[in-house]
Amino acid sequence: MAHDTHFETRSQTQYEYDRARNAKHMRKQVMQFAIMILLTFVAFAAVVADFSPNFIKPLILLLAGVQVVQQLYSFMHMEEKDAPHMGVITFFMWGGGFIAFTFFVAFLTIIWW
Amino acid sequence: MDVNQKFTPQNWPQHAETATMEGKNKFVGIWIFLASDTVLFASVFATYLALKDQGPAGMEFSAQGLFELPLAFMMTMLLLTSSLTSVYAMYHMKNHNAKGVITWMAITVLLGLGFLALEIYEFQHYVHIGFGYTQSAFSSAFFTLVGTHGLHVIIGLVWITGLILRNAKRGLTLYNAPKFFAASIYWHFIDVVWVFIFTVVYLMGVLG
Repeated sequence: MAHDTHFETRSQTQYEYDRARNAKHMRKQVMQFAIMILLTFVAFAAVVADFSPNFIKPLILLLAGVQVVQQLYSFMHMEEKDAPHMGVITFFMWGGGFIAFTFFVAFLTIIWW
Repeated sequence: MDVNQKFTPQNWPQHAETATMEGKNKFVGIWIFLASDTVLFASVFATYLALKDQGPAGMEFSAQGLFELPLAFMMTMLLLTSSLTSVYAMYHMKNHNAKGVITWMAITVLLGLGFLALEIYEFQHYVHIGFGYTQSAFSSAFFTLVGTHGLHVIIGLVWITGLILRNAKRGLTLYNAPKFFAASIYWHFIDVVWVFIFTVVYLMGVLG
């Protein structure tokens, strides 16, 4: 075929280095997961603890926002800027997020039910 | 290039999922689909928030009295953990460990099934106490929002199960690596949506 790609066999040193780097990256992911679990606990605990809703509502929305950014950038690899078309992907995702925001503004403040 | 070419861990590319043109297309394709899915979920979320607790005069159901936090917490933990297990599957893909990919994807499916079982139990319970789909504007908006997410879970489970069955004996190639990767990105997105559902529907519902 026209697009013939040749895959280099890595040297033993490069291979061991890559494996170690993958393992290190996986440990980082597990840390991210631990933070997500912690944030979820805090969100549920804040509601159960019965503080003022005016304090809890912004807090749990903020915690949700942090978790979503963790998922997108860490678990879904949006942090890898050299991945193909990552600029397009980032543009579409944040663009979708912005359109989503306009829905909330419209449905909650502009439309009279 | 033959996409079914056999690889060894030594010459397996670090980014096998985007090593071929088809892999790159799948990669950007699944993301643009997810961007459009964001807008779909935004519309059902906004509808839910606008119609929350709305219904016929004297309606006995409200979010505050209806939702149970322990169940929502269990569902959250199952789905969050299934997100991590699919990260493990992608880790094993990088190391060209086909068995690891299949095993962790299977665990992801099991956790997803557990989540789905709890959701079916929850819906069945609501319908049983009279909070059916057509009961009120509130119930319609609730079932549409959470049901659309549940439908995404079902699609994801069928998709990943299909990938496991079809590729159980094939080993990792440049043909199936992008398929596994796209499925794992999709599965993470289901968790992204659920983070907003448990916050906006369940936690803020209980707050009133």
